[in-house]
This record gives sequence, structure tokens and C-alpha cells, in this order.
Amino acid sequence: MGRRNWAIMLGAAAFIGAFPWLVMPFKAVSHYVDVMVFAGIFSLVCIGLSLLMGYAGQISLAQAAFFGIGAYTSGILTSKLGVNPWIAMCAGTAVCAAVAWLVGVPALRLKGHYLAMATLGFGVIVNIIFAEEVNWTGGPSGMADIPYLRFFGRKITSELAWYYLVWGIVFLVLIFCFHVIHSRVGRALRAIHEDERAAESVGVPTASFKVKVFMLSAVLASIAGSLYTHYVTCLNPSSFNLMWSIRFMLMVMVGGMQSLWGALVGTVLMTFVGNEWLQVFAELEILAYGAILLVVALFLPGGIVSLGSLRRKKHASALEGAGT
Amino acid sequence: MSGTGYQPGEPILKVNGLWMKFGGVTALRDVCYEMPEKIIQAVIGPNGAGKTTLFNCISGMLGPSEGSIIFLGHAIEGIVPHRIARAGIARTFQHVALFKKMTVLENVMMGRHPRTGSGMFAAGLRLPGMRSEEKLIRSKALEYLEFAGLAGCARVESGTLPIGKQKILEIARALATEPRLILLDEPAGGLNMKETEDLGELIQGIKKLGVTVMLVEHDMNLIMDISDRVLVLHYGEVLASGTPAEIKENSAVIEAYLGAENDN
Repeated sequence: MGRRNWAIMLGAAAFIGAFPWLVMPFKAVSHYVDVMVFAGIFSLVCIGLSLLMGYAGQISLAQAAFFGIGAYTSGILTSKLGVNPWIAMCAGTAVCAAVAWLVGVPALRLKGHYLAMATLGFGVIVNIIFAEEVNWTGGPSGMADIPYLRFFGRKITSELAWYYLVWGIVFLVLIFCFHVIHSRVGRALRAIHEDERAAESVGVPTASFKVKVFMLSAVLASIAGSLYTHYVTCLNPSSFNLMWSIRFMLMVMVGGMQSLWGALVGTVLMTFVGNEWLQVFAELEILAYGAILLVVALFLPGGIVSLGSLRRKKHASALEGAGT
Repeated sequence: MSGTGYQPGEPILKVNGLWMKFGGVTALRDVCYEMPEKIIQAVIGPNGAGKTTLFNCISGMLGPSEGSIIFLGHAIEGIVPHRIARAGIARTFQHVALFKKMTVLENVMMGRHPRTGSGMFAAGLRLPGMRSEEKLIRSKALEYLEFAGLAGCARVESGTLPIGKQKILEIARALATEPRLILLDEPAGGLNMKETEDLGELIQGIKKLGVTVMLVEHDMNLIMDISDRVLVLHYGEVLASGTPAEIKENSAVIEAYLGAENDN
């Protein structure tokens, strides 16, 4: 995955590792650890979405639905049927992979707006199921008393333990996904994004690769959903509605679609923005999101991470200018 | 794919009664042709004669309305393009279709796709088999770049290359799939004279590798220089076929294709 990415990874890991110790001593920001647990959970969704959208070029407004399917599978299996949470998490990923395959095979034949509409429709349907299947999901009032995760027999309850568990998983997933990108499969995904016809002509089964990356993104969202369930220990359909799919997309776009680091940066930033700083807007929050989306799309299409490479490019062209 | 076995020396490609209709327009009309192996086959004809349509049918981009295409003894008409690439037919496009944001090397590495097999999990977990395959992809791709004379710009983003080099790169990418038959759609389009000469040499080099070349081209000098056989299409029908010398003398071709020049 390249020396540069490993270096950034080490830096990021050091920062994430030190973060709680930097904020915990200060009362005003000590709850940032909790915010960062959510940011880590959302990062898993956004890393998958970045592969799907930024690399393979396929839009999905269904990520919140997969996040929810993972969450509810975990919630129902552990609280109603007493299944081990880790096994329930695996069951969630299996359910999500199967559903993503069923939805993806027909939907990924569509392109652009049509694909967005199809995935949006699927997301809405799933959300209605969460709200209506009262016997299983608790309906609009949700589920509560979901058991905690256990690690070698010990309950994981402290924020700090959750923080390191979630971010540990994020880094493992990140390494996995970087490896995928820097491989035959990743190149094929980028090729599909650039020119589907040309990709087919060099032997890439474009339809099946699109379905596979859609399934991977769904599985990552499902893992995130399971973690979320056990962290908050209660579920409500409104955590998995269309607004959340849009938020995930916004996180990826703000950070930068063409890079997994962008997904990470965007998710952390937008989680803080959403949980902390935009609360003052209350109902007008959606307007603020719209404004952010517009500003990013117009002035910074490559997202925050493109700021760094922009500067490098300027620097390089300045050097070239000096050379000639 | 179904069909009988293929014997060396048989035609590599047999097109039988091929029709392609788009609504009311008939682009190919009962085209029949057998093409020997390891030659350079030119396909010429005025604009709208159905040359690119024929390529699209052979490479699977279009399913013909009627008729059959037999490649190496297997019927391939109507099969999806990525399977046809795997079966051994590669192609380039009239308007260059590179992966522009990828480097030159990565483009050729894409060409190795049908000859390799590591999946998502092997890649994500960096399994040993995948690592050695990745090394092989890289070294093979470099070989093809070397062959095409593009090794010097392996790390350049392909979209930034001049059009001449982009066309060559597209050929290198197609070659990297290890085809038995390569379809070149107007490879000399947009090239200057020097570049066209180099292209002619490259195409003859491809033939020496044992790959059959089929090319659609408007540059008559190039065609007369390098091709072994010429097929002339006119309004979707086969007008004539033969060696370049025979085609030059063919009165039907002169009338249909070079008629304007005769008037002068």
C-alpha cells in the first residue's frame, strides 16, 4: 500500500492512540472520547462507501439501511434470542451481504441518478420495516436493554475500552481496504469508474465487480451497525433513515471521495460538526448540511484531503517554473 | 461457449451470415468471411460501411441480429465482452478509451486482468499467492510497455500523454491480455506521418508475436504497406476481399470506394 500511506497510517494511529489522554483531563472536552467512538463507528460505514462511490463510482443512498440491518440483527439476536454478540455480528454481516447481493444485482445495472433513486427507495423500504415490524424491532419506539459486548468474558462498558476497540477495528478495516485498492481488484474498480466499456474489453466482469464492492460496503456498514447497537444498547428506526444515508455520503464527500483518508477525515469532522457544533441550528440542521454540501461540491470537489495535494502541485509547478 | 475443436491452420475467425439491424437501419447485411491465422487483416470501406459495427459484434459489445461468429472453433456471438477478452480477443477503440487517471503502467497492468485471478479477500489479506501474482502482473506489464516503446513514461498519468502515445498505450494494454486476435479500430487516426510509420512497425511486430491483427483504417498507405489481406465493406456488405494488390485492381472497389478519385 505504499510507504507514504504507511507513514500516514502510523501518524494517524499515534494521534488516535493519544487522543483520549489529551482530552480527558479537561472537563469541557472530556466527552469527545464518546464522540470519537461514534466517529469510529461511522468511519467503518464511510470507508465502505468511499470504496463504492469514490473508487468504483457507484452511488448508494442505502448505507444507513445496511447500517440498520446490522444493528437490528445484532439487537434482535442478542436481546430476544440470547445469541452471543460476536456471533450475532457475523450473522448481521451475512444478512447484509445477502441483501446487498439481492438488491445490487438488478440495481447496479442502473447508472447515476437512477442508481441513486433505486438505492434510496431500498433504504426507505428498509426503514419502514424497522418502524412497522413492532414484534421484532419494537417499532417506532425502538428496542432497549441490548446486552453489552463481552471480550474474554468481561463486559465492555467503559468509554475508553470502546474507543480502543472501535478504532482498532477501523484501522484493521482500513489496512484491508488499502490492500484491496492497491491490487488487481482495486485497479479493476477504478477502471470501472473511468470507462466501463474499456474495463470490459480487458476482461473485467464489470457487473460482478460492482456487486462485490457493494456487498463489501454493506458488510462494513453492518459491522458498524452491530457495534453501534452494543454501544448505545438501544435502537430506534430514526437512526437509520434516509437522512443518515445522506450524512454518510456527505462525510465521504467533505473528506474527499478519491481517498480512504478522506473518508476518515470527513467522518471525524462531520461527526463533531453534527454531534457538537451544529446542535444550535436544531431543526435547521438540514439546511446547514445542504450548505456544506454545496460549498464542498463547488469549491473543493476533491474534499479536505485534496488541500494537501493542491499545495504540493502548486509547489511542483513553482519549481518547474523556476527550472525553466 | 460451445462448438467443435480448433485445428491449427484453420481460419481463426469465421463469420457466417452476420446481420446487424438497428431499428430500420441495417448496419451489416449477410456478412460472410473466413480469416486465416497470424496475418494482418485490414478492413476498409467508406464511412458507415459497418466496419466498427463488425468489430463491436466480434468483441461482444453488440449482439448480432442474425448469423454466427466462430473464434477458434467456438461460437462467440452474443457473449459478453469480458468473456470474449478472456477467450483471446482484445481490442482498441476508435476514440481512445484509456483509464486516464491511472498511470501508463497501471493501464497495462489492467490488461493482465483476464490472465490473473486473485480476489478481494486474497488482496485485502495480502495472501502470498496474491503477492507473487501482483509482482508478475507488474513485470509482465513492463515487458509489454517495453515492447510498445513506452517504458520511459510508465509512471505518467495516461491522460496527460500526447494522443499518439495514448493510441500506442491502448494497443499495449490490449496486448497484455495475451490475445490470439487483436482488433485495432483506426489506430492511425490523429497520428502524424512519423508516428504512423512507427505504428506500422509495431503492428508488424505484433504479427511476429503470432497474434492475428485485424484493423480498421483509413490510411491507405499504411494498409497497402503492412496488411496481408484486405476486406472491403460497402453499405454493410462484403464488396471484395483479397491481397492489397488485388484490391487495388478490383474494379468494384475502385468504383465504390475510390470512384471520386477516378473522376479527377
